[in-house]
Amino acid sequence: MTELTTVEQILERKSHPVVRDASVAPTEDMHDRLLELEAKGEIVLQRIKGDYVEFPTKYGRMKKIPIEHTWHHKSCGHCGHIPGYASSILWLHRQFNLDYHDPTDQTSCTGWNYYASAASNAVGQAAVMSRNFAAAYETGYFPLIHCGTSFGHYKEIREQLVHHKDLRDDVRRILDKMGKPLVIPEEIVHYSEWVYAMRDRFAERQLVDMSAITATVHPACHYYKIVAEDAIYDPEIYGGQRTAVVTALLEKLGVNVADYSTWFDCCGFGFRHVLVQRDFTRSYAVLRKIETMINEANPDLTVTHDTGCVTTLDKSQFAAKAHDRKVGVPVLSDAQVAALAMGAHPFRVVQFHWHSTDWRPFLEKLNIPWQKYWDEFQGDLDQIRAGTKSGITWQDADTPIRLAG
Amino acid sequence: MPTTSENWNPGKAVNRHPEATFEDKERLFLEVKNDPRYEDFLYGCYECGICVSACPSARFYDFSPRVIAQAMAREDVERIYDIITEDIWNCAQCFSCVRCPRQNNPGGLVTILREVSLKNGLQESKDALQGYSRVIYKVMLKGNQVSPDMLQPDFFPDWGPWVQNFSQNMHVWRKAIPMDSIRGLTDVAWRTDRKTLLELYTIWFESGNMDIIKELDESLYDLLTDVMNEELEEG
Repeated sequence: MTELTTVEQILERKSHPVVRDASVAPTEDMHDRLLELEAKGEIVLQRIKGDYVEFPTKYGRMKKIPIEHTWHHKSCGHCGHIPGYASSILWLHRQFNLDYHDPTDQTSCTGWNYYASAASNAVGQAAVMSRNFAAAYETGYFPLIHCGTSFGHYKEIREQLVHHKDLRDDVRRILDKMGKPLVIPEEIVHYSEWVYAMRDRFAERQLVDMSAITATVHPACHYYKIVAEDAIYDPEIYGGQRTAVVTALLEKLGVNVADYSTWFDCCGFGFRHVLVQRDFTRSYAVLRKIETMINEANPDLTVTHDTGCVTTLDKSQFAAKAHDRKVGVPVLSDAQVAALAMGAHPFRVVQFHWHSTDWRPFLEKLNIPWQKYWDEFQGDLDQIRAGTKSGITWQDADTPIRLAG
Repeated sequence: MPTTSENWNPGKAVNRHPEATFEDKERLFLEVKNDPRYEDFLYGCYECGICVSACPSARFYDFSPRVIAQAMAREDVERIYDIITEDIWNCAQCFSCVRCPRQNNPGGLVTILREVSLKNGLQESKDALQGYSRVIYKVMLKGNQVSPDMLQPDFFPDWGPWVQNFSQNMHVWRKAIPMDSIRGLTDVAWRTDRKTLLELYTIWFESGNMDIIKELDESLYDLLTDVMNEELEEG
């Protein structure tokens, strides 16, 4: 008679790194299918030019991550509501003099709207993606996707394009009207994968000691749940049983990463809900995420890698105070944490003032005198109001802050 | 979603929507089933409930991704009509449900159900999207889902005094961002070329997207087509 598995046996089994063997992966390799379509002349396959690093994805296949010459596919939520997220990503590039392109020939992926309202269709969504990829191809730069939803949405659309000739034909008909080819990049790359690839170099230039900080990680659903096999996993991080991005960066920067039981849960964003039905969003973000983090890990910070997650987890905390819920955990993206560690100005670059949950105790724990930098930033704003300065530029923001001691 | 025992007996769903004929309900289901993505999203169902355990909406609504996969697999036309009229807008579209051991994608099925619902002008979907039309207008016309000027205290009172503070300082804060593509902009998230927007409008017309908008909200359709056609004519 077979004996029941004990909890101890399960924990022992989970303590070993998962070995992923690409030769027995349960899914097809999208790279092969793209090469076949390229050989048939059906698509233009954009290849990475210049340096890249390879990392294993969920089933052991290798994924190339470009280091520079990247076309920054911006995120609506970053640029509209969390601009320090986007500016931190570019600031990190600038610190290493890495060539990049910040295009204006780019639209939203429109995925947020699609997941919120379904007021589109497969052809429209695939055409939007293909137009953006063709625009990147025209510049010679390789797409680096800032938004987790764009990343997941594009991975799924790539699968649909590969599997459905009718869809390819429909999209090509639309692109023909613009004089654009049907371009698919050889990899669809999320910026947090670039951050993961760069983490050692960030640590070499780290100016702010982060060893006093305990942080929890919220892995973004659309990064690793949509087309699950195309996300980076590392045996060194949670035994390869969770995606490695974000956590690996924090560990490299000396942050104490604390676990909590609801790490797999979504943030509560809901796409439609966060805009017009936020009772769900607030309840989920606070009850399933923030309060659980506090009860189990009591973090100084929670870190994630997507637009909606930062917004939801940060902005949902205020109203919960009325119900005496446990809240008060500031929320940042991995790029903002990396930039802060390397001395990015808290307001000119990281733009803390766009975040609503109190971030001051976190900066104080890092020994960053935020009031001094806030006063400096207020000086910038005074000049802008007076018309003596048109705005903050990279010239104002590039130089890292110098901390006493 | 019905959770009483009378409505949970598989294959014997009560007709809870007599206002629609069985033929109409069947037509909607076949429209879903004929979507090219359907066969990639549904392989059957073990009824293991793993999708439900991961689903955020299942915790806060009477909602079950398992029932959706089950109803689809059984081609239970009555229950699918219940789902399309009562449940689909509760899904958070996080795709936590895709940890399904049968590789089902209940979230993807919901996406198709929503599309079919909109295409057929179902009132329940129009009701669910009331108040959302301004976002559709923004994303289709400007190429951005959100913009800073949407953050108004009236719309986001639950975000606390930060929204008030932001609203008072928006114009100067937007100028204090180092990225050239963002700096100073309040009605869009980033600067987009005119040519790029014209190409986006072409996509909306050529993909059949505008037909969906027409079913959803005729006045929104009129507004969008007027502006986009005028821009496209100017070239």
